Amino acid sequence: MSTQVTRLVDYDDAVRRFDPVIGIEVHVELGTRTKMFDAAPTEFGAEPNTQVTPVSLGLPGTLPVLNRTAVEHAIRIGLALNCEIAETCRFARKNYFYPDVPKNFQTSQYDEPIAHDGWVDVELEDGTTVRVEIERAHMEEDAGKNTHVGGATGRIHGAEYSLVDYNRAGIPLVEIVTRPITGAGERAPEVARAYVQTLRDLFRALGVSEARMERGNVRADVNVSLRPSPEAPLGTRTETKNVNSFRSVERAVRYEISRQAAVLDAGDRVVQETRHWHEDTGITTSGRVKSDAEDYRYFPEPDLLPVAPSRAWVEEIRATLPELPAVRRRRLQAEWGFADAEMRDVVNAGAVELIEATVAAGAAPAAARKWWMGELARTAKTDGVELAAMPVTPAQVAELQGLVDAGRINDKLARQVLAGVLAGEGSPEQVLVARGLEVVSDDGALLTAIDEALAAQPDVVAKVKAGNLGPVGAIIGAVMKATRGQADAGRVRELVVERIEQS
Amino acid sequence: MSSLSRDEVARLAGLARIDLTETEIDRLAGELDVIVESVARVSEIATPDVPATSHPLPLTNVFRDDVPAEPLPVDDALAAAPAAEGGRFAVPQILEED
Repeated sequence: MSTQVTRLVDYDDAVRRFDPVIGIEVHVELGTRTKMFDAAPTEFGAEPNTQVTPVSLGLPGTLPVLNRTAVEHAIRIGLALNCEIAETCRFARKNYFYPDVPKNFQTSQYDEPIAHDGWVDVELEDGTTVRVEIERAHMEEDAGKNTHVGGATGRIHGAEYSLVDYNRAGIPLVEIVTRPITGAGERAPEVARAYVQTLRDLFRALGVSEARMERGNVRADVNVSLRPSPEAPLGTRTETKNVNSFRSVERAVRYEISRQAAVLDAGDRVVQETRHWHEDTGITTSGRVKSDAEDYRYFPEPDLLPVAPSRAWVEEIRATLPELPAVRRRRLQAEWGFADAEMRDVVNAGAVELIEATVAAGAAPAAARKWWMGELARTAKTDGVELAAMPVTPAQVAELQGLVDAGRINDKLARQVLAGVLAGEGSPEQVLVARGLEVVSDDGALLTAIDEALAAQPDVVAKVKAGNLGPVGAIIGAVMKATRGQADAGRVRELVVERIEQS
Repeated sequence: MSSLSRDEVARLAGLARIDLTETEIDRLAGELDVIVESVARVSEIATPDVPATSHPLPLTNVFRDDVPAEPLPVDDALAAAPAAEGGRFAVPQILEED
C-alpha cells in the first residue's frame, strides 16, 4: 500500500466537470442446502472444514455434478431481471492460483451465461426511477476463506502464513453484471446503492438467498470511470472489489469519482486496475494492475455437461415467481391509500413488511403507519436500532390500536402502554392492567372528581352560568389531573356542562 | 499458420506455474508448434456453420437433487495437508490479495 497522500477533487466540482459512468457486479450466494457441484452441506458458521467433501477440496479423481435447485434459482433470478434464458449454456474453467481455490480453477460460466440481456428498474429515495440494463447473470462457485496469521492487523501485509477454511468453497453463486450505467451524473453513487439494494430485496422476495449483507451473502464490485462529457467515449475504469454494504457502495463510487477527477486534473491517466475498499477509512487503494495475471486461460469445463433449460421448464419456473418487490409496493400503496410521499417514507424506513403484518393483524393502515412511522420510528432512531429490531411485534401494535379503538385507552395512554411493551412488560393488555392505565369510563368515578374540582373553584359555576364557557377547560384539566390522564376528555366535558346546568 | 513463439511458451509456462529452463523452452516451442499446426488443420475442414465441440456426449441437464450428504470428518479432510492449525489448512505466506 502506498503511503503517498491521494489527492481528491471536491465531489460537487468533480461531477460538474466530468460525466461518471458506473458498472456493478453483484455476487449472491444461493440459499441451497448443498454446494453447486457436490452434496456438501452449506450451513453458515460451522467449524472450519467440516462442510467439505473430496469434491469441495478438489481432490484428484473427483467429479462435479450440478445442483438442480441452484440452476432453478439462477433461472429465477434471470427471469426476475427480465433476461433471456439461454437455450443452452455451459461451464468454463477460470484458471488461477490462489489457496482459497483448491482446484486451481474456479468453475464459472464464461462465454455462455445462463441469462443475458435484461433490465431492472431501480427507485431512488425521492421516487425517481432509473432503468439499469443487465448484461448477464451467470452461475459459478464461491471460494474458501483465508485467514492471515502473524500480521499486526490481520491483513495480508506482514502476515507470516495463512489458514484456509474450505466450507465456503463451492457454495453456489450467481454473478449479475450490468451494462455501463450512464446518465446518472451526480447521482451515480446513489444509483449504485439503490441498485444493490433493489437486488437484495429481489433475492429475498424470490427466496433464492437470505441475502444477508453482514454475512457476505451479497457482495458487490463497483466499476467507475469518468469522461469529459456524455458524448465522449468511455474513460478508463477501475474496479473496486468486495464492497459489502449499501452505504459502502455509495461511498466507494463517490470516492473513486473524486480520486479519478484529481488524476485527470493533474493531466495523468487513470490506471486500469482493481482497487481495495477500506471500510474503516472510506478510501480505496491500488490493488493489482490488469496484466498477465488477468489471463485466466478460460476453456469449457469438460467434466460438466451443458445446461439446456427447456422452454417448458423455464415457463414452469416463471409461473412460480412471486410478486416482485416493486409491484408489491405499488399494490400495497393502493390498498392502504397512502400518498406517494407517505409510501416512500415507509419504504425508506424499512416498514413495509411491519405495516403489512400490522394491518393483517387487524389494524387500519393509517393507524399502523402512525405507530410505526411515529412513536416507534422515533424510539428506534433514539436507540440506534433498525425499526424491525424493535422489541414489539406487528400483532402487538395492532392490539394496542385495538385498545384505542375500543375506547379503553386514549392516544396518550397508548404511548405509555407501548413504552411498557418495549420495556418487556408483556402484551399491551398485560401492560395496561399491570400499570392500571385504563381510561376511567365509569361516570360515577368521574362525577366524584368533577364535584371535587367544582368545589375547589366555586367561581367557575357562576361564570359558566353567566354564559362564559371558558373556565370549563380549567375543570376538565383538574379532572384529568386527578385521574392521571386516564379519563376521556370528551366525556368529562359533557359531564361538567351537565353538572353545572343541574346546579 | 503462425508459429508458437518462444516468448509465448515462456508466458504460458508462467501462467501455469511451470518452471521451465531455457533449453526446455527452446525444445517445447518447437514441439508445441507441430501440435498447434496439426490441430489447426481441423479448421481447414470445418466450415463456419459447424460449431466447435466442447462436449462429445449427446447429453445435457445432468443434475443432482439438493440433498446434503455426510461431509468428510475434519481429520480426514486435513489428512493430506502438509500443515494444519485449528482445523484449517496452513499455507505459505500469500503475497498478493486476489
